[in-house]
Amino acid sequence: MSAAGEKTKLKNINVSVWRGDSAGGTFQNYAVPAQESQTILDVVAWIQQNQDPTLSYRYACRVGMCGSCAMMVNGQPRWTCRTHVQKVIKKNKLVIAPLRNLPVIKDLATNMDEFFDKWVRAEGVFHPTRTRDDEIEKINPETSKRARANAAIECINCAVCYASCDVVSSNKDYLGPAALNRAWSLVNDVRDGALDQRLDAVSKSGGCHNCHSQHGCVKFCPNELNPTAAIAGLKLETAKTMFRRRR
Amino acid sequence: MNRHRTHTLWIAFILHRFSGVALVLFLPLHFYLLSMVLTDPETVDQLLHWTKHPLVKVAEFGLVFLLSVHIFGGLRLMALEFLPWASWQKTMAAFSVAVSFLISCTFYLSAV
Repeated sequence: MSAAGEKTKLKNINVSVWRGDSAGGTFQNYAVPAQESQTILDVVAWIQQNQDPTLSYRYACRVGMCGSCAMMVNGQPRWTCRTHVQKVIKKNKLVIAPLRNLPVIKDLATNMDEFFDKWVRAEGVFHPTRTRDDEIEKINPETSKRARANAAIECINCAVCYASCDVVSSNKDYLGPAALNRAWSLVNDVRDGALDQRLDAVSKSGGCHNCHSQHGCVKFCPNELNPTAAIAGLKLETAKTMFRRRR
Repeated sequence: MNRHRTHTLWIAFILHRFSGVALVLFLPLHFYLLSMVLTDPETVDQLLHWTKHPLVKVAEFGLVFLLSVHIFGGLRLMALEFLPWASWQKTMAAFSVAVSFLISCTFYLSAV
């Protein structure tokens, strides 16, 4: 190993990790050896494997596909498996906490039930118009509608947007950016047969009209999706529907 | 400030909210003073004397800025919600602050 590499290896990072459960908790400090290309998830795993096996956290794929490892890192929501320590460290210190706006189960693991329940409440479920006996519908990827559906479809359900949103923290009823983004994807899906039902679901109290366009979801979405644009699309579509129904 | 809020468009949001609340507080006073033109013109004359005070002129600068930033911020939000999505949201927010600053500076210079 080169001298520079050795130097990096010897250095310790000061890491504060939130420890506790739904009743409350506090930050505990750990010294974690710095390594090259180290991710936040590597740091958490190192603590659990070398210093405290009781530390609870959640992860699965480690490559940014499953959306299970999101946490607050130095006050900002991040997908920890794809967040390099070097990118977010401040004065050699990391503060790692469970995702904001979700109830804690233990340590860094949150209860994501409400997040997923809201997907269902926003009619984030596909309603097919054909059966398996019908011919497969040909979808032209070039249409603007399909382009909008495709833009919103890459969500990995990590709840980073949900944690970044101040509307979610002030209004527990609010469906949140991810659920509304999913609804927008289906509104633009020509194969889906529940447009009216979905527009009703997203325009109720706690729906898309609650969004204050703070853009936290756009800023932090690790997949660079744009839930604010999706929600703006829903706002316009529900407004148009209201006038259409009045006629 | 919490670090999840340290980005341009969250600041644009809070500026819009703050200017809205400040104007809501100011407008009743403003209308009350205007109504006094009919009911109590002498007091209005005395109060209008205060507008020559430099501090009041600075306050007026602030007021024009708040009014202007709320108008342009509102137009920005209407564009965001009712026009096809534009990728230059931050530019629009910066533009509304810049134009408001220009308008309030012009007002201030003509007031002093």
